[in-house]
This record gives sequence, structure tokens and C-alpha cells, in this order.
Amino acid sequence: MSKEEVHITVIDREGLSHEIDAPLGIGMNLMELCKAMELPVEGTCGGMALCASCQIYIESDHDLLSRNDAEQAMLDEAWHVENNSRLGCQIPISEALEGLVVRIAPE
Amino acid sequence: MIRTDILIIGAGPVGLFTVFEAGLLKLHCHLIDSLPQPGGQCSEIYPKKPIYDIPGFPMILAGELVDNLMKQASPFKPGFTLGESAETIVEDGGGGYVVTTDKGTKHRAPVVVIAGGLGVFSPRKPPITELQDFEDKGVEYIVRDPEFYRDKKVVVSGGGDSALDWTYFLANGVAKEVTLVHRSQSFRAHPDSVQKVIDMAESGKIKLILDTDVVGLSGNGKLEQVYMKNKEGEETSLETDHWIPLFGLTPKLGPIAEWDLEIEKNAIKVDTVDYSTNRPGIYAIGDVNTYEGKLKLILCGFHEGTIMVQSAFKRIHPDKKNVLKYTTVQGIHGF
Repeated sequence: MSKEEVHITVIDREGLSHEIDAPLGIGMNLMELCKAMELPVEGTCGGMALCASCQIYIESDHDLLSRNDAEQAMLDEAWHVENNSRLGCQIPISEALEGLVVRIAPE
Repeated sequence: MIRTDILIIGAGPVGLFTVFEAGLLKLHCHLIDSLPQPGGQCSEIYPKKPIYDIPGFPMILAGELVDNLMKQASPFKPGFTLGESAETIVEDGGGGYVVTTDKGTKHRAPVVVIAGGLGVFSPRKPPITELQDFEDKGVEYIVRDPEFYRDKKVVVSGGGDSALDWTYFLANGVAKEVTLVHRSQSFRAHPDSVQKVIDMAESGKIKLILDTDVVGLSGNGKLEQVYMKNKEGEETSLETDHWIPLFGLTPKLGPIAEWDLEIEKNAIKVDTVDYSTNRPGIYAIGDVNTYEGKLKLILCGFHEGTIMVQSAFKRIHPDKKNVLKYTTVQGIHGF
């Protein structure tokens, strides 16, 4: 039987870790997961890679799909961008994320 | 003083459709929006994005939806106060309200509808320590009047359409010297705008500095110099009269949060019977409101506006009866 959840750790802006069992198979992404958990991620544009309000840092050693053009272009205009910066809305929850640790970027 | 039946705060899709529904009940509307054009997020953030869940349109671009809504509302001659944000609300003593904008424009109406979406759009400001010291002393986040930059040295930052369009415009016989600074080699703007700017850089009409960020500012009472850092960490500086950082806009609920309305999770609580708030005569529709089962969808906002105007009618004309008439039977009778 395939897995129904993956375990993800989200570190908020105060440094608190939130251990989350994220559901698979309902098409959620990391921005939506953070919003569902009422973590301080805005997701203003609704997931179109047009606002950078869901910027996170990937803290664990996961091999994720690389940034697409839209995500890259948006990060080129965001603040506090690091090599491990991503837009949460562009990362779908999948089995590959098991054990992922992300940190929410400053506002 | 601008007078109307229904004062709508927010000229996004939901506010615009409300003009139509109010018009069917012969109620006049006036809209206030902080952006210089109607359409809200649809125009400001994603005009070229397709929307697939507008009933009757298998696909429509957000910008086209706004154009259509403007056309649909036009028989009912809505008034607009654009580029100003609603700041204060006071009771007018007759059961209605007076709403004043940040620029002092006053509006009076028996019914106020907040269709403010995510809130007032304000510029995204780069995290530079000295930024505040130079705001309106050489640093501007919006180009209000291009003439302001005549014969001046200007540095523009950003990679989106507004950064590139203003670079192009100001470099064509307005400013003395225009430099575009962008953090990357690629741009988010429309390919045509990108090509125009690259052509201008090649012909020497502008200076294009890529893979670089503006990281510091200095000057004596007004901006005189910007400091830049490139991807290799090398620092340079440039003399300038103005720096225009154009990094898009971000919404904040803003002054409406101080209007004594019941707020829950950054949204206004409403009664789903008619989308009224806790203050009589003030309603909230679209993304700005919240209630059990709320979905932030344009189509839900259309429904909310339609139900809301029935209640507004009763408030404005307590003695008149209103019967639902189908547009298929009656057609549209504009003002």
C-alpha cells in the first residue's frame, strides 16, 4: 500500500519547529500546507509564483526538482534570497519530501 | 462631497459586478480603489493568467474578465475614485456614512460595501537600512509624474514590467541618465519590454547593470549615491538624483482594520444572510470577508454581491418593494 502522509518539519520565524504529517494525494503544495497549519505564510497570489510571500529555505538534504523560470524570476526580485531559497507554492507535497526540513523566510 | 447610493471600497471583479447587480435595482454605485486602474489583483498581479472557473467561460484571462466586467457595469455609470485609499469612516447622522480617502476626497452614502480583497496594495520595499531616510528625498516607489525626473539622473531597480517600462519611458527624452539595476540576467517582464531595454543598453541610451543589487544609499539631506553589490560580492557606487525601486506591490488590510468591524484572521466577519458586518449599513463581500465555509473565489464574491444589494435596497428604500426581475425579460435599462 502506498503512503498516505509524509513527515515535514517547518521552522517558523521565531525558530519554533512544527512537525507536520502532510497528506499525499490531494494535490497540496508547501505554501498551502503552511497556510493550512496556520503558519505565517501569506501566499498572496494564490500559488502562481507571482509574489514570493511563501519563500522558504530548504534546510535538509533533499533532491528537489529545480526552480522553474517563473519561480526563478520571482526570486530574482525577492529579499533575503539564499541558494536554498524556494517558493513553497512551487513544491508539491510528494513522497520525495519525507523528512524534509524547511524554514520560513523573513517577511 | 461625492454622493451615491452604494459606496464600494475596492474596484476588483467583485466590486465591479456589484455595480451591475445594484444597477438592476436602480441603485447608483461609486468605487474607491488605491490602485490607479480598476480590476484589483486581476489587473495588478495576474492580468495575463487564465482563469477557468468563471461560469460560462471555459477560460478567460484575468485582464479580459476585468474588461468585460467594466463593460457590463458601464450602463449603470459607476463613479470612480482611483489611486486613493479609503482611510476613515464616520456616521453621517442620517444612518449613512462619510468615507474619506488618504487624499482627503469625501464620499457620502447610506450603504458602504467593503470589497477590498486582500487589502490596500502598497509597494514592496527593499530591506535597506537607510531607505526611510531618503523616502521622497530621492527614493520613490511609484512614478507619479514622469516630468519629475526631467534632466535628472535616475536609477531604476526591478525585473518586472513596471521597472522595464519606466526605464524605457524615462530614457526616451525625459531623464538625463537612466540606469537599470537587476539582480539577475533574466527578467520577469514581457519579452517585448525586455528586448526594448536590451536594445537601448546596446545603443548606449541606458546603462544596464545585471547580477547586481542596490544595497545602500547615501546623501546629504537628499539622495546622492547608491551602493551596489554584484553576485561576486564586488561593491561599486553610482551618483544619482533618484532611485526608483519597482519590486511590485503587496496587499495589507490597512485602515479598514480600524473601522470597528469584527475581524477574524485578517478578514471581516459577516452574516451570510446578506453579508452584513457588525455595523449597520456596512457590508463586506469577496476575499475580504469570512464566514463558516468561506471560499475565496471570484464566483463566490459575485454571489455575495448579488445577495447583498437586495439587503442594501431595503436599507436605502425601506418603503419600496422590490421584485426579482430576470434580465431575459426586462433587458438592461441603464442610467
